[in-house]
Amino acid sequence: MLSSPYIAEQSSVSIIMLKVLAALVPGIAVYVWLFGPAILVTLTLASVTALVLETIAVRLRGWPAKPFLMDGSALVTAWLLALSLPPIAPWWLIVVGTFFAIVVAKHLYGGLGNNLFNPAMVGYAVLIISFPVQMTQWSAPLSLAGAHLSLLDSAQYIFTGILPDGLKLDAISSATPLDTLRTQLQLEHTVREITRLPIFGNLGGTGGEAVVLMFLLGGLYLWLARIITWHIPAAFIAGLWITGGLFHISDPDRYISPWFHLATGGVMLGAFFIATDPVTGATTPRGKLIFGAGIGILTYLIRTLGGYPDGVAFAVLLMNIMVPLIDAYTQPKVYGHKQKEPAE
Amino acid sequence: MTRQLYEFNGGVHPEEHKHASTSRPIGIAPLPRILIVSLRQHIGQPAKPIVAVGEQVLKGQMIGQAEGYVSVAVHAPTSGTVTAIAGHAAAHPSGLTDLCITIAPDGADRWIEHSALDYRNMDPSHLRNQLRDLGIAGLGGAVFPSFIKLNPGATQKVPTLVLNGGECEPWITCDDMLMRERAAEILAGAAVMRYMLHSDEVLVGIEDNKPEAIAAMQAAASQCDFPVEVVTVPTLYPGGGAKQLIKTLTGKEVPSGGRSTDVGVATFNVGTAYALHRAVNHGEPLISRIVTVTGNVHRPQNFEVLIGTPLAELVRLTGATRDDTSGYVMGGPMMGFDLISTDVPMVKATNCILVKSLALFPPPPPAMPCIRCTRCAQACPADLQPQELYWFARAKNFGKTQEYHLFDCIECGCCSYVCPSHIPLVQYYRYAKSEIWAKEKDKKAADLARERHEFRQLRIEREQQERAAKLALKASAKLAEASPESPDDAANAAKKAAIQAALERAKEKKEGVTPRNIENLPPEKLQEIAEIEARRAKIRAMAKDAVEK
Ligand code: SF4
Ligand code: SF4
Repeated sequence: MLSSPYIAEQSSVSIIMLKVLAALVPGIAVYVWLFGPAILVTLTLASVTALVLETIAVRLRGWPAKPFLMDGSALVTAWLLALSLPPIAPWWLIVVGTFFAIVVAKHLYGGLGNNLFNPAMVGYAVLIISFPVQMTQWSAPLSLAGAHLSLLDSAQYIFTGILPDGLKLDAISSATPLDTLRTQLQLEHTVREITRLPIFGNLGGTGGEAVVLMFLLGGLYLWLARIITWHIPAAFIAGLWITGGLFHISDPDRYISPWFHLATGGVMLGAFFIATDPVTGATTPRGKLIFGAGIGILTYLIRTLGGYPDGVAFAVLLMNIMVPLIDAYTQPKVYGHKQKEPAE
Repeated sequence: MTRQLYEFNGGVHPEEHKHASTSRPIGIAPLPRILIVSLRQHIGQPAKPIVAVGEQVLKGQMIGQAEGYVSVAVHAPTSGTVTAIAGHAAAHPSGLTDLCITIAPDGADRWIEHSALDYRNMDPSHLRNQLRDLGIAGLGGAVFPSFIKLNPGATQKVPTLVLNGGECEPWITCDDMLMRERAAEILAGAAVMRYMLHSDEVLVGIEDNKPEAIAAMQAAASQCDFPVEVVTVPTLYPGGGAKQLIKTLTGKEVPSGGRSTDVGVATFNVGTAYALHRAVNHGEPLISRIVTVTGNVHRPQNFEVLIGTPLAELVRLTGATRDDTSGYVMGGPMMGFDLISTDVPMVKATNCILVKSLALFPPPPPAMPCIRCTRCAQACPADLQPQELYWFARAKNFGKTQEYHLFDCIECGCCSYVCPSHIPLVQYYRYAKSEIWAKEKDKKAADLARERHEFRQLRIEREQQERAAKLALKASAKLAEASPESPDDAANAAKKAAIQAALERAKEKKEGVTPRNIENLPPEKLQEIAEIEARRAKIRAMAKDAVEK
């Protein structure tokens, strides 16, 4: 028999996860429109792999498969991972990444709710360390690409590595603006010269900036729908922007404008969808601010001073480790207590 | 002029369902065939029966007398014969039985002699004792003896008197209807409170979903010979909780483990004010109260019900039992508890009988793992981190639950209400609290046993020493003539004193290590303990069930 309360709000993990997926849809649509349909193949592949692996893992634990598959968290992980990977990456890259996300990062840590690290970012990190070459071949924006791949062509390329006759990989792929910036800076070009390259758009990358904008809008929807609070995204963006701003002021030729950083790579996806993963993030309001700001600052430092093109994944993982500490030291004041007391 | 209001954090907006029971006026429940008056209706010590089986009693006659400090009397709700004094299924979350006095009414409903109290010319402590003997206790749910709260104590006054008409729980409307129909009487009770507490201001907090009650109270307030401010507060559960209402009205927080008077505020439920008015101005003990009967019934309504009326007789007044009735809850859907039998008698705490059906109160879907979404923390009016409390309670890490302020949890249910994983969080907190109390009780018992043991050891030692001394004395007497002022006696006395001192030191030391959280508790906390104690048995069983499942 259950005790009170006897009533509950209409909510469930599935509803939350569905809303998260829905919030990603506009970004995906623009992605397809500006970069071609390959991303749909990647998303589908990651989703199927995630669901299969989730079913196996849940069965192995002797849990009922249905409620856990229905909770939708595996799908969210799959989508976030797929959206972080190059859309024309080979199929096995997706499968390996998804495996590390679902099986290693999530289920080996005890399954939903118990994982310490953000599963999608674990998948991403493993891939970028192990397969750096495949991870840097991105679809070129259609406006700059020499050729367009249809959905079928994309699927064929992803699964077999074979391009339609007479097509060169160069015609459909390009480096990301972040990669370009990094290599060009190493060639001693100034920021001003580099940003004249066609891959650079108004703020971020050509095409990419529109996708980023849609993720921002999707994120705002999540906030309005009370799926996430404002703390982590706001602190993430502020942390990145302020750090980037300080570097930029110190040497505008070497350090690009902080707006560029906000508009490229995984920042908006990371700020609103990845860092806000409740399981692996900080939980107290002040803790969320610290957690988000930490990710923002680390993202900038890794992008600018580190060896990897985008720093969001590593920044998230590093801050994941800090979460227990952050939470313990940011316990909010409890009603009727005078000051904040740390609960070690 | 509108008063500045403050906000408490958290809270939820469950569906109200209040209109169901407000379309009919308060009905007077007819005399039931039998009345079962529990001796444990208030927080604290149960009353002690002072009548015998077979005795004739009059309406309003004291049948159970207050025992100990935190206790009040209970009275015969009508005239008749005492037919039993025995354990009976009681309105308790634990479902345990309580000692009850059963009265077979004679139908005459003959009052005992009673008259108004001339309270302005009474010694305050005498007045408080009278209120104790008239059985006045808080009717908002806590049933704390009112005479204790009406003692201004060392500060001589409690500046702010708050009448709580918040009534934030869904379905319940007994306070709403009382305010609509008997506003002047409520304020007459408030006048007595104000007099006893020397209060400067009297506030009546009412949630804005009760416009009729607000209007009625405002009308009554304008007729009052002292200033009364009727304050409309936003509807937000648990805004009618004493701590939350105090925060909303004054911006002050009742200190953790303290009492509202620490911040100069006393809160009473409007029903208590009404009962106080009946007691002081008419000399009537607390033998009836307003109860909402609602939920899965044909004609939901509020009734003025004699304390002791069996559940079945009360519910019958709303029409025949519906086929799909699945249970009875005392209280509201957020904080109420299941009643185990339809024989359970109404007590002073019964504000509502909520009749359940699976359609109205569907069982929750199976619980999923906590995803740490912190919706619970955002909803918690005590500003706790329910997800952490849950984690530690589940792991039976009770020390940690205390570090995360488990005992500041008011068990309002907001966290469970919003949890997307449908985790019965409050159930875990009740369980953790009861385990902690049980442990501390065991520890106290163990300490006591050890003390006794040590005392015995000391006594044996002392006796041995005394015997040795006696032998020595005898031996020395043989050798020489002993004077009555023998030095041996003096040595013995010194030894005894030393032993006594050691004993006392040991005792002090032991008392010094009694677990925290249980010492110097204010009466409110004691009442909580009592409640929790009562729930223990059942919750433990339930938790065991859940674990074994
Ligand atoms: S609402 Fe439920 S799932 Fe969310 S953090 Fe609280 S306990 Fe966990
Ligand atoms: S039941 Fe306790 S933990 Fe849950 S919301 Fe209420 S006060 Fe907070």
